[in-house]
Amino acid sequence: MTTQIVLPVELDAVRQTSVNNGEPAWLTESRANGVKLAQELELPRLEKMKIERWDLSNFGQLREGYAASAQQLPDSVASLVDLKEHSNLIVQVNSSTQFAQLSPELAAKGVIFTDLETAVREHGDLVQRYLHQAVKSDENRLTALHSALWSGGIFLYVPRNVEIEIPLQSIFVQEDDKTTFAPHILIVAEANSRVTYVDNYFSAQFDKTIVHSGVAEVFVQAGAKVQFATVHNLGSSTTDLSYRRGIVENDGSIEWIIGEMNFGDVMSETLSILKGNGSLSDMKVIAVGSGSQKLNYTTKAVHFGKSSESQMITRAVMREQSTAIINGITKIEKGATKANGEQTEKVLMLSPKARGDANPILLIDEDDVKAGHAASVGQVNQEQIYYLMSRGITREQAERLVIYGFLAPVVTEIPLEPLQQQLQGLVERKLGQ
Amino acid sequence: MTKFVVEGLKATIEGKEILKGIDLEIKGGEIHAIMGPNGTGKSTLASALMGHPKYEVTDGSVSMNGEDVLEMSVDERARAGLFLAMQYPSEIAGVTNSDFLRSAINARREEGNEISLIKFIRQMEGKMKELEMNPEFAHRYLNEGFSGGEKKRNEILQMMMIEPKLVILDEVDSGLDIDALRIVANGVNSMRDEDRGFLIITHYQRLLNYIKPDVVHVMMQGRIVKSGGPELAERLERDGYDWVKEELGITDETVGQEA
Ligand SMILES: Nc1ncnc2c1ncn2[C@@H]1O[C@H](COP(=O)(O)OP(=O)(O)OP(=O)(O)O)[C@@H](O)[C@H]1O
Ligand SMILES: [Mg+2]
Repeated sequence: MTTQIVLPVELDAVRQTSVNNGEPAWLTESRANGVKLAQELELPRLEKMKIERWDLSNFGQLREGYAASAQQLPDSVASLVDLKEHSNLIVQVNSSTQFAQLSPELAAKGVIFTDLETAVREHGDLVQRYLHQAVKSDENRLTALHSALWSGGIFLYVPRNVEIEIPLQSIFVQEDDKTTFAPHILIVAEANSRVTYVDNYFSAQFDKTIVHSGVAEVFVQAGAKVQFATVHNLGSSTTDLSYRRGIVENDGSIEWIIGEMNFGDVMSETLSILKGNGSLSDMKVIAVGSGSQKLNYTTKAVHFGKSSESQMITRAVMREQSTAIINGITKIEKGATKANGEQTEKVLMLSPKARGDANPILLIDEDDVKAGHAASVGQVNQEQIYYLMSRGITREQAERLVIYGFLAPVVTEIPLEPLQQQLQGLVERKLGQ
Repeated sequence: MTKFVVEGLKATIEGKEILKGIDLEIKGGEIHAIMGPNGTGKSTLASALMGHPKYEVTDGSVSMNGEDVLEMSVDERARAGLFLAMQYPSEIAGVTNSDFLRSAINARREEGNEISLIKFIRQMEGKMKELEMNPEFAHRYLNEGFSGGEKKRNEILQMMMIEPKLVILDEVDSGLDIDALRIVANGVNSMRDEDRGFLIITHYQRLLNYIKPDVVHVMMQGRIVKSGGPELAERLERDGYDWVKEELGITDETVGQEA
């Protein structure tokens, strides 16, 4: 028996908005199907956390019509970007595009970098082929709702053999609590292409809690290389529900760099599906919890390909009464011989009221593999603080050094200098310094 | 003129009294050595002077140029001029040696008057060269994976960079090979100054051949039981501690035993 669920959306309204927005029939159907699935499916089951108790009532209203792109950078994000002639940037506010720029050189090479709704209109077949194929709408109520409600977001398509040096960047800002906040990122990197994508999420402070329902799907074709960096810095009244998933073909590689710098509750899952032989995945997550945040982070790699390799590192610093459940799952399927999966989850507790749980899980169905995990939850080592203070460093500064030292193995490995600095700044802010 | 005075210092750890009344007076330019069998309270004295949170001082006083050291927090003691090269230095992952040292130096400077990066690097490279340390140690994480001898050298590097007024060296010679002992001793000697006092805890006369002490103290049962000149260290090296124990009627020299 399924209990009757009161959904934050109605089928007729979703269908009508889609039609009014001039979306193709396949998309209207896909959205309607999402609503129907949401009625049937349950919320995902989270390890040691009851998402059923979270306030997920406010998914907002789907925006009708498109605001013409103003081609003006909102002040709030101007400091984040160093806009040059060759920059590639999309900025969306309340899921409407405010600014979009793709360098003519990349456009000439056939690169598509646009908001997803425009892509549906201009490259419908391409989008239809990939949309919801990595994160399927029928997985649970959240993925179903996302497929019904997604709005704004990015389509990035890199043709075969095209190698892009400079990162493509997008910024999502939510300033009102009425419009749906559900951007969908769809990246297709064709064979032997190379690209770096970086995005940032911000939201204002609201009277009621809103939901950010985000999905990122990345298709890494044979020999392609994708770097995906994302920094979530949403306000305390935004609950972040994010699924990120990459499907990696033969000899392809994906590198995830994730900064969990939100102030509200978070459920996030980042998953690499290593389909191809010789495929690689590298995940680095840094997180700082504060206030009474409830955080549930999952990193996961599933190995199908022979000699596929995955690395996952999560480092979380927990302040005040925040709670984090950190799951690392390495799954090696039968036949994935010579696969290698390594994971580490470490939590540093700064307060006796903070809670941190690291759950490393290895699921291995093949003998000829290597896999390893390490997990730890600990407090700041007072012997270390004493040592630093004995050199004249104040307690505050000593703690700071130890905390940054804890995060350093991830931060220093971030291959993009500006991102490293941005994360450093956000960590400082979250640590209240 | 540096003057460091310890009077009647008693300290406990987890309720157990380890230091049972220590008196010491070290002036700028002087080198004092403390010797004594294992477990007699030498490191405890060093830790209590530095302000390790595990040790509770129950009686006595410590002053540095008239200022009450026991009133100060650990970092304040350091900034007042105290330095302890530890027997077992901590390892701190993720913090590079150079970032740490720069923080330590800047902690002694006013905000806005921090040491310039260039000047700092030049200084550090110079001192590392004197200590025959591989330059890569600047970028290694603080003491992480350092060998025993490398850690000791790194303690001396810190002392040379920080330029303290009163230096306590706790077994800085243990774990050093013969060349390293000479290098470390040269480092210490290069820091000898009219205005700087040293308290050197060691088990071996060897170090004192390089660094000539003015006074040698023997510690047993949490007290300084005998003091003398450099010849005292030589006799201890030759004859061991039995004659001292006999002289004083001590059967078990470790802390917790009474004469
Ligand atoms: N946490 C503790 N709990 C109980 N006893 C302790 C503790 N720490 C030190 N002690 C005891 O205090 C005594 C003095 O120790 P200390 O380290 O000062 O000796 P030491 O003279 O430096 O010896 P060594 O020459 O071996 O370095 C020892 O008996 C030691 O076991
Ligand atoms: Mg000792």
